[in-house]
Amino acid sequence: AIQDLSLPNGTPVDTSSPASSSSLLNRLQLDDDLDGETRDLFVTVDDPKKHVCTMETYITYRVTTKTTRAEFDLPEYSVRRRYQDFDWLRNKLEESQPTHLIPPLPEKFVVKGVVDRFSEEFVETRRKALDKFLKRITDHPVLSFNEHFNVFLTAKDLNAYKKQGMALLSKMGESVKYVTGGYKLRSRPLEFAAIGEYLDTFSLKLGTIDRIAQRIIKEQLEYLVELREYGPVYSTWGGLEVELSEPLEGVSACIGNCCTALEELSEDMTEDFLPVLREYILYSESMKNVLKKRDQVQAEYEAKLEAVALKKEDRPKVPTDVEKCQDRVECFNADLKADMERWQNNKRQDFRQLLMGMADKNIQYYEKCLTAWESIIPLLQDKPETK
Amino acid sequence: MEDCLAKKMEITVSEAEKRTGRNAMNMQETYTAYLIETRAIESQGEGQCAPMDSLWRRYSEFELLRNYLSVTYPHIVVPPLPEKRADFVWHKLSADNMDPDFVERRRIGLENFLLRVASHPVLCQDKIFYSFLTQEGGWKEMVNETGFQLKADSRLKALNATFRVKNPDKRFTELKHYSDELQSVISHLLRVRARVADRLYGVYKVHGNYGRVFSEWSAIEKEMGDGLQSAGHHMDVYAASIDDILEEEEHYADQLKEYLFYAEALRAVCRKHELMQYDLEMAAQDLTSKKQQCEELATGTVRTFSLKGMTSKLFGQETPEQREAKIKVLEEQIQEGEEQLKSKNLEGRDFVKSAWADIERFKEQKNHDLKEALISYAVMQISMCKKGIQVWTNAKECFSKM
Repeated sequence: AIQDLSLPNGTPVDTSSPASSSSLLNRLQLDDDLDGETRDLFVTVDDPKKHVCTMETYITYRVTTKTTRAEFDLPEYSVRRRYQDFDWLRNKLEESQPTHLIPPLPEKFVVKGVVDRFSEEFVETRRKALDKFLKRITDHPVLSFNEHFNVFLTAKDLNAYKKQGMALLSKMGESVKYVTGGYKLRSRPLEFAAIGEYLDTFSLKLGTIDRIAQRIIKEQLEYLVELREYGPVYSTWGGLEVELSEPLEGVSACIGNCCTALEELSEDMTEDFLPVLREYILYSESMKNVLKKRDQVQAEYEAKLEAVALKKEDRPKVPTDVEKCQDRVECFNADLKADMERWQNNKRQDFRQLLMGMADKNIQYYEKCLTAWESIIPLLQDKPETK
Repeated sequence: MEDCLAKKMEITVSEAEKRTGRNAMNMQETYTAYLIETRAIESQGEGQCAPMDSLWRRYSEFELLRNYLSVTYPHIVVPPLPEKRADFVWHKLSADNMDPDFVERRRIGLENFLLRVASHPVLCQDKIFYSFLTQEGGWKEMVNETGFQLKADSRLKALNATFRVKNPDKRFTELKHYSDELQSVISHLLRVRARVADRLYGVYKVHGNYGRVFSEWSAIEKEMGDGLQSAGHHMDVYAASIDDILEEEEHYADQLKEYLFYAEALRAVCRKHELMQYDLEMAAQDLTSKKQQCEELATGTVRTFSLKGMTSKLFGQETPEQREAKIKVLEEQIQEGEEQLKSKNLEGRDFVKSAWADIERFKEQKNHDLKEALISYAVMQISMCKKGIQVWTNAKECFSKM
């Protein structure tokens, strides 16, 4: 039977897939990501464009959808969305799917003056993160069927749809982001405590890696500053010499090439490596919040159960209210466990790719430098014609 | 190079030892002594090695030798000594003269100096040099007995003093300019290189931090753990590799430093020419004015203003006898002066000829040596790149197993 899922404050929860079967679906579809043939939904974010209006300037991205799913009227869609829209989507998903782990968005605010919001590098970094965000949702067996997600991908006028939702929100009168119940959990079950501890250490270590990576980039840029002064001195020297002129010029040019290679390495690390680390730190934070929500659902159940036990009524049957709480706890636990497994797997692949990418970039840097130095050896060894 | 000493004798500075002793003011001092070993090279290779001779010398004795050579052979670009104090150091290098790495590099530099002198066609034949290598006791006295300090032109040390020379050999003027520029550019290069080394050190060492954090992270991971841990190890290897890389680069810096100091020696030769030319021109000027004086006295016409002329006007003319005496003196002086001028001219021309010959030799040596230095620098860079590729490839493999 389809269970009535609602949060303690009465907010309806998306019931497109029943909770108990959703976790089953999760487990069945865990290997789906790698099997392109069973995929029936493809989403891409590309083509950033700048819009200059009287009130503001902003960027929109093209969101392209290709699908064979019945939930979609057409097989293809192409819409334009701005960051605000992605942020709205994420909030809606958190509200409507509180038992699931929602992927993170790149940071909303950027310090004006420090970062150029409209620079090519910034926009590209953001585009990649937004693309990743939608792909993660697409790959999720429950989230990808979410109604808000569907509208996000398909609606020509998203703002109109948003306004409907806002009306509903004001009726509620309170924030629906967090489960409010005021129940305190006595102790977290071992497996969720383990997840909590894992996430704590994980985000801590990522924070350290982020700092190290930033420090390396800083040191590399300082090294670059010195190299940029170093190379030209050889050239100046070459100007003084006759026979040594070409070799010295060669060394100067070589150092110049190494500078370019180093610059590319630092840029790549800044644009590709650091943002992904930060994404995962944000991911961990939101996941810890989901864990807390789970705790509160369990706390509510335990409190109500206790209250019934205290009444010491000789009832053979547990009241439906307490039963509902119990179901809620079990569904939450099942969803969360399934999502955690999926998350761990994706995390492993993501980090494997990220770290291999980092190694690759460094290899490419050294290969460029190697080529430069190897190419001047014949120039240096060249014997001048006897005059 | 056929008969130079380097072909007949094996010379090495094989050891360095800390010593304590009493200096000239009877105060205790610590210094380093260097062991010079020499052995005659058997040309026919009868299988029997000649016995090795050895003696200890300290840096100040090397300095004394070099001063002697510079004064005695002013037309030769005398090889320089390694630096007295550690200069152009990047932060990890010690500026302390007693630091073992500095002492080691100095030992190599001193050996290089001796080999340079021993391979020089003119310098290698010097007896004082030979005694330096072979005679332990009494060498200092021997050097001082040559009285070379008296021959030293103190003006050579006054680098900034300008002497208005009317007709210097243009080649020497250009060469002096070149040596100034060379000193400037190599100094700049060495300074920046030291900063580059500093920064590069920082980049490599920070990577070492990955080692620790990957290890800590691997502790909470199941499948990723091994890959992370082993990758971390490679990051440690990477961080540690910079020490050897930069140590090797110091040898390159030392090669550059040698030519930085060589530029000074080159400048000294140009300077010597300048001074000789100046002395020559002064002597010629003096001769001309004496001739003029003589003429004036003889003919009684005063063409130029002179105080003597004025005083004689004021206090009365001199007697014919006095005038005759004066003319005689002047004529003697003029004759002396003409002979001196002749020999100075000859000296000057000889100097220019032999100095220029050594300069040409030096130029060839410089071009060859610096080319070799640049090649070895490029080879070092290639080696560093290959090591980098290796480490990151290993790390990548570890990551792929995550």
